[in-house]
Amino acid sequence: MSEPARRLPPRASLSSGSDRVFRYLILALASVIVLVFVVSLYLLGVESWPALSRIGLEFFTQRTWNPVNGTFGAAAMIMGTLITSFAALIISVPLAIASALFVAEYAPRWLANPVGYLIELLAAIPSVVYGLWALFVIAPVLARWQVTFFNPEYPERLALYTKCAGIWANDQTTLQCFFVPSSGAGRGLALAIIILTVMILPYTASVARDVIRLVPADQREAMYALGATKWEVISRAILPYARAGIMGGVILALGRALGETLAVAMVIGDSQDVIKSLWGNASTMASVIANQFGDAQELLHRSSVVTLGFILFFVSVGVNLLARVLIQRLTPKGIQ
Amino acid sequence: MGGLILFATLLVVAPLILIFFYLLREGLGAINLDFFTKVPAPEGETGGGLLNAITGSLTMLAMASVFGVLIGISGGIFLAEYPRHPLMPTIRLVSDVLAGIPAIVMGLVAYGLIVLRFGFSGFAGALALGFLMIPIVVRTTEEVLKLVPQAVREAGLSLGLPQWLVTLRIVLPAAAGGIITGVMLALARVAGEAAPLLFTAFGNPNVNLDPSKPMSALPLEIYRGATSAYDENQRMAKAGALLLIVLIFVTSLLARRFSRRR
Repeated sequence: MSEPARRLPPRASLSSGSDRVFRYLILALASVIVLVFVVSLYLLGVESWPALSRIGLEFFTQRTWNPVNGTFGAAAMIMGTLITSFAALIISVPLAIASALFVAEYAPRWLANPVGYLIELLAAIPSVVYGLWALFVIAPVLARWQVTFFNPEYPERLALYTKCAGIWANDQTTLQCFFVPSSGAGRGLALAIIILTVMILPYTASVARDVIRLVPADQREAMYALGATKWEVISRAILPYARAGIMGGVILALGRALGETLAVAMVIGDSQDVIKSLWGNASTMASVIANQFGDAQELLHRSSVVTLGFILFFVSVGVNLLARVLIQRLTPKGIQ
Repeated sequence: MGGLILFATLLVVAPLILIFFYLLREGLGAINLDFFTKVPAPEGETGGGLLNAITGSLTMLAMASVFGVLIGISGGIFLAEYPRHPLMPTIRLVSDVLAGIPAIVMGLVAYGLIVLRFGFSGFAGALALGFLMIPIVVRTTEEVLKLVPQAVREAGLSLGLPQWLVTLRIVLPAAAGGIITGVMLALARVAGEAAPLLFTAFGNPNVNLDPSKPMSALPLEIYRGATSAYDENQRMAKAGALLLIVLIFVTSLLARRFSRRR
């Protein structure tokens, strides 16, 4: 210190001075978190503005996305994002809950821990590695399956395909034709759904496992004392009790699925046309960002792609908040 | 019912085993000295390695950690040690929300912040990765700091230490194991991210340690190789994927060991 202190302040306020400096420092550094959020919002907003102001609400409803003549309607890729995410969710939730029940309720301890750990490792595999595997391993299987479907031994299938090809060409969809395979290379909407299912499984599974483990022992013991079977205990006592937490996990997994990028971008076929078949090429908002942002030269194209990111930003924030609210609201108060 | 549940569990775990052995079969052959010491061969030629990607990944992860760990640990300290501060709920909420924002959107943000002004650079990539690390580090730091018994803090304060010294010299060291675990998990998570690097770090066929220039990374080379038409590039991608998941698995394993030993 340069000048000597005339009056020595009481010890408590001496330490509170340095405490205040430290608190401000920590607060300043922690505030960077909020800053990152605000700057993200601002940048995405500013860069989306040209597209949003010029195209308006049609951006969300128009079904043509054509950088060549400058038409940007995101309806097809919004549909692609919704279809892939919800389909993956519907397939993965029962599997995830079952595996959580296995780890938490059925497996002996020596098996439960390694299996739980393997499921965690599944979440650690990078998106791009999933994409590589889907491309080299699953796509050929699907392609072979599609060729088998069009085996000349089954002329009625060929006829069905020809009929659907006509419907597809006329830009209409019927539910039946949606499920008829195209004679493709295995890539497309279906493969994206398969790989997304695998990718979001570990998130739901580990949340569900944690919540199921939190169910108090009394819950089970009371049911067993009444003579319930294991499955009755699970379906009447454990699952209802864990419902809120599992819902939260499911919604967090939905958030993952909506924003999942590279694995989907690698396998979905990158077509911005209206989705006509489960087996056809499609795209999601995230896959379009990955595939087009680097090449987008014109302002409107570039801004339209950023707008997709802006939508994803809002959707993921909303989904996250929803998960929090659900976890708080659905917690069964009567049982506690 | 039990059989069905066992079957479902096998279905869940199967992809992990299938992916691992597929990469082992296809990629192990390409992992040799060249793989670690050479850059990729020109398209259509054989040979080469992924030195550019390995050095790029290490450089960007190191830079991302400086940013992500500093902000992340500070955020965790703030949430755990000043729970009654009026800004605490906001920072907690924003940190949680940030964890759910897709990596590619964070790439767009880093693009707007850095690339628009200074061009593609390793620094822009590292910033995007740092953004992604923050919420993971905040969460784990907060959780382990809360595990440090209140009595330990009180003991420090009763010795006459100011609160900040108690935090820095007593609470943080007591929680160091858990915090390191969190940092390792965050690193393992962002080490595999390619999406936010596509238009920030961009990729580089040569070894580059200058963060102001485009830089390659393992996930980027895997992406380029996997979508390439050339067998040799695909082979490199599989070898790179094998290296990447082995590194990630080992890091997760170590992090788990580390946190259990505490």
